[in-house]
Amino acid sequence: MKLPPLDYICPATLPEAIAALAVHGGNAKVIAGGQSLMPMLAFRLAAPSVLVDIGRLPDLKSISISAEGIDIGALVTWRDIERDAQLAQAHPLLAAAIAHVAHYQVRNRGTVGGSMAHADPAAEMPGIAVTCDAMLTIVGSTGTRILSANEFLTGGLSTVLGADEILTSIRLPLWKKARRWAFEELARRRGDFALAGVAAFYDIDAQGLAHNAHIGVIGVADRPMRLPGVEAILDGRRIDADVILQAAAVARDAVDPADDIHAEAAYRRDLLGVLLERALARAANITLPEAA
Amino acid sequence: MSDVAKLLVGSAVERMEDARFLSGSGNFADDLAVEGMLHAAILRSPIAHARIVAIDASAALAMPGIHAVITARDISDTIPIIPLRLAPLPEFEPFRQPVIASDKVRYVGEPIAVVIADSRALAEDALERIGIEFEALSAVTERGASETPLFDFAEDNVALRYDAGFGDADAAFASADYVRTERFSVQRHTALPMETRGLLAEWNSSAGRLVVTGATKVTFYNRRALAQMLGLREDDIDLIEIDVGGGFGVRGEFYPEDFLIPFAARKVARPVKWIEDRREHLMAINHSRDIACELSLACRSDGMMLGLRGQVFADMGAYIRTNGGVVPAKAAQFLPGPYRIPHVSVSVEAFMTSKTPVGTYRGPGRFEANFFRERLIDMAATDLGIDIAEFRRKNLITEQELPYPIDGLVPYEGPTSYDTGDYVEVFERALKEIGWHEKRHLQGKLVDGVRHGIGLGCFVESGGAGPKENAALTLEKDGSLTVAVGSSVLGQGLETVLGQIASDTLSIPFDRIRVLHGSTTLLDEGFGTYHSRAVVMGGSAVLDAAIRLREKILQQASNHLGRPNSELKIINANVVADNGASVSFAALAAGCELQADGTFSNEVRTYSYGTHAAHVTVDPRTGAVKVLDYIAVEDVGRAINPAIVHGQAIGAIVQGLGGVFLDHLIYDDQGQLLNASLADYLVPTASDFPVLRAVTLELRPSPSNPLGAKGAGEGGIVAVAAATANAVAAALAPLNVEIHHLPLTPPRLWRLIKNAHARAITAA
Repeated sequence: MKLPPLDYICPATLPEAIAALAVHGGNAKVIAGGQSLMPMLAFRLAAPSVLVDIGRLPDLKSISISAEGIDIGALVTWRDIERDAQLAQAHPLLAAAIAHVAHYQVRNRGTVGGSMAHADPAAEMPGIAVTCDAMLTIVGSTGTRILSANEFLTGGLSTVLGADEILTSIRLPLWKKARRWAFEELARRRGDFALAGVAAFYDIDAQGLAHNAHIGVIGVADRPMRLPGVEAILDGRRIDADVILQAAAVARDAVDPADDIHAEAAYRRDLLGVLLERALARAANITLPEAA
Repeated sequence: MSDVAKLLVGSAVERMEDARFLSGSGNFADDLAVEGMLHAAILRSPIAHARIVAIDASAALAMPGIHAVITARDISDTIPIIPLRLAPLPEFEPFRQPVIASDKVRYVGEPIAVVIADSRALAEDALERIGIEFEALSAVTERGASETPLFDFAEDNVALRYDAGFGDADAAFASADYVRTERFSVQRHTALPMETRGLLAEWNSSAGRLVVTGATKVTFYNRRALAQMLGLREDDIDLIEIDVGGGFGVRGEFYPEDFLIPFAARKVARPVKWIEDRREHLMAINHSRDIACELSLACRSDGMMLGLRGQVFADMGAYIRTNGGVVPAKAAQFLPGPYRIPHVSVSVEAFMTSKTPVGTYRGPGRFEANFFRERLIDMAATDLGIDIAEFRRKNLITEQELPYPIDGLVPYEGPTSYDTGDYVEVFERALKEIGWHEKRHLQGKLVDGVRHGIGLGCFVESGGAGPKENAALTLEKDGSLTVAVGSSVLGQGLETVLGQIASDTLSIPFDRIRVLHGSTTLLDEGFGTYHSRAVVMGGSAVLDAAIRLREKILQQASNHLGRPNSELKIINANVVADNGASVSFAALAAGCELQADGTFSNEVRTYSYGTHAAHVTVDPRTGAVKVLDYIAVEDVGRAINPAIVHGQAIGAIVQGLGGVFLDHLIYDDQGQLLNASLADYLVPTASDFPVLRAVTLELRPSPSNPLGAKGAGEGGIVAVAAATANAVAAALAPLNVEIHHLPLTPPRLWRLIKNAHARAITAA
């Protein structure tokens, strides 16, 4: 479990980092906290010829909240998010989801950008990005492009990032104060990748009806996804037990998880429905009749 | 004669090891670095079963920094075979493991070649350049699943079958009011010590001597085995034990690497270090458990147990390693447990598969046997309409019935008896601790969306294996004491415990005692640490040596002070005469050599015993289980250091809960190990089970040794599956779910609930 032979570059500026990536083409790999890449190198599942360490780049470590949205630099760690009291107010769903990310040591080093670029199907950050319509800023040799999280993620462990591109920040739209929301996931141990997870929010109009429902799920497909069929059920409705059970039934049918060593597909599918019920009940502050 | 203000034996002395570990001054295998040291990496079979057609190491050898690539061809025409240390049944002989694969590989992870390089990273680079041509054969992953024999001489893959027992089980079953038969299993998993294995081998060619550092557990036995394999005299080899980060049975047995690394050091005439990485650890160190059992219980209608029949099926993996058939033999032996069952018959079938070989892991066979029996007891009690606590109370062996012979259950062992104890009192204590009477109404109840269950598990646990242990005590010139013992230290606090025993006996301050352990340089012979024997055997040997040294000290002081022994007292490392004259230990040691050897020989085993109780909730919609409360009550005879015993118990419960819920070595039908990393092989961490309690009792000392101690390191794990699975089953009983198989993962419990629901609908 030693790294394969490789070179290491630690550029001081973003243009230098991009130039280094461009020179090495597909043989270079960006490293930040290293919490996904280092194990892959140790297992020799990845064998780049050069690592470009972006850990020293300025301006990628900030969290800023403005009228335009919440900007989180690619080098922000889970621990940074946990410690940022303002952020917990400004985006409670993000804070709740990030509380489930990884174990103590990993939380100190793992970064937002790293998690997005690694694109694990069960990871919380990509899930929140997809659920909340996040926009990602990507800088490369030919300029800057801004993509939605949905456009950015193309499958399990795959994204649109080009060989000479770096994800520099992620912007979440501002959170509305009276928004109803919840995050639910189940993992084998606290901090493990979720067997399934749900991020949910919606707004309430003057009549008490839900609109702008956003339901995102992790761990049940090759990438995080929204469930438009479920959102359609919620929009314009008063969220009660019946609506929630309908929504959960639609959610179960909307996903097609795969079997793996941690769970059979049918379990993940059913678990997703249960987690969605619980998330929506919590968001609506109602108690569902106990089943089983 | 001695006068000590406060005896240390029996008190929670802080561990003398802790300052060293907590300040980062421990000395573990990977801390070793010597001049000229090279590094080894091992090429392991990527496929489960194949013939090796050709190996081409030329590209690897041509790489800079590579000193050697060693394959079977470089070793000799006859590849050394790892001996059977325990349970040496002749049937197992042909299934023993060669130290390196020559013509065939039989499991993923089997060593094929060793690369010696300037660094471990270079060695791993070279592994990728070794070309091997395999002719794939079909993998064998289940009992009776394949006609392919793994060994050419064998007709099938069964290595051993035997029957054992006492009484007349057939007659008992024929006359019983009630019989129930069920099949159970415990999944393959392993101990996972925090520190992986590691060795540094140094060959001195001019002296013809070999020193291997990083050895542990049974160093003297391993030296004997290594000497034979290398064609050296035992005296020409030293095995040195340094700090060890956990053993749990798996670390320190003789593995292929225990030959390959010393062999490589001699071949390249340079020191060679090998540190096992976590990936290879999971495929190379002994696996364990992996026992299935068909168990039948015969009772009277009032719940009195009459007979027990058990068929034990053990997946031994690809070879029989040093532990022989201990795992299945103990799974069979401990099926009756602490109960009065007059008629018992057991059978054992040990079969070979294309998986990593099996060996002992903390509570070998007991973890499994207790789970099987205690589950069946709950089923029987429920069928008969008897309270599960009352059923156990009725059948537990009473103190009046002890010693209670349980002969004839293990073919390679002589007669043995449960020794001393009050099984019922300890059982009642566990009920009280868990709040059985107050909480039993919660069984199966749905409260806030989760179902509650309380489970019980009773056990007896053998320890203190013979034949003997040795110790040597030396009073140094500065008046400090050096204790050398043949027992091994694997992180369990043995240095402290032995220091306590020596301190009390010699009235030497604890901080003036240094404990040396394990290494073959210390004594002529040692027997090591396994079967919870280090305190019983090593502690008794230290006590013996300390008593002898005390006599020598007094005799020397008598000469020095001119007073008879009868007028002398030892006070705080001084000998004081009635007339007030005194002489310090240091002064006595300066005048002459004060040294004493001690030994303790004993073939009688100790039987600690106890009851575990667990209170869990199960989320019936997700299968997630929470452990709300857990209590383990055990009588260990005598706790030399209650804090250490308590730590052993709590750690063992956590490790056991890992075996119940998390630990699982998963193979596919090609014999590939699917989870050889800690991302996918799940173990409990310190924060996963925060509410665990242990009560250590000293009700009945062991008659087998002067300390009165019984084994105390394994009782914390042996009944965890029993109590916890019973609790989960009790929680899910209203849903008609029964628990037969571990691990209890959320997806498995969910599946059981779904299936029971589907059955109910079909039936209705």
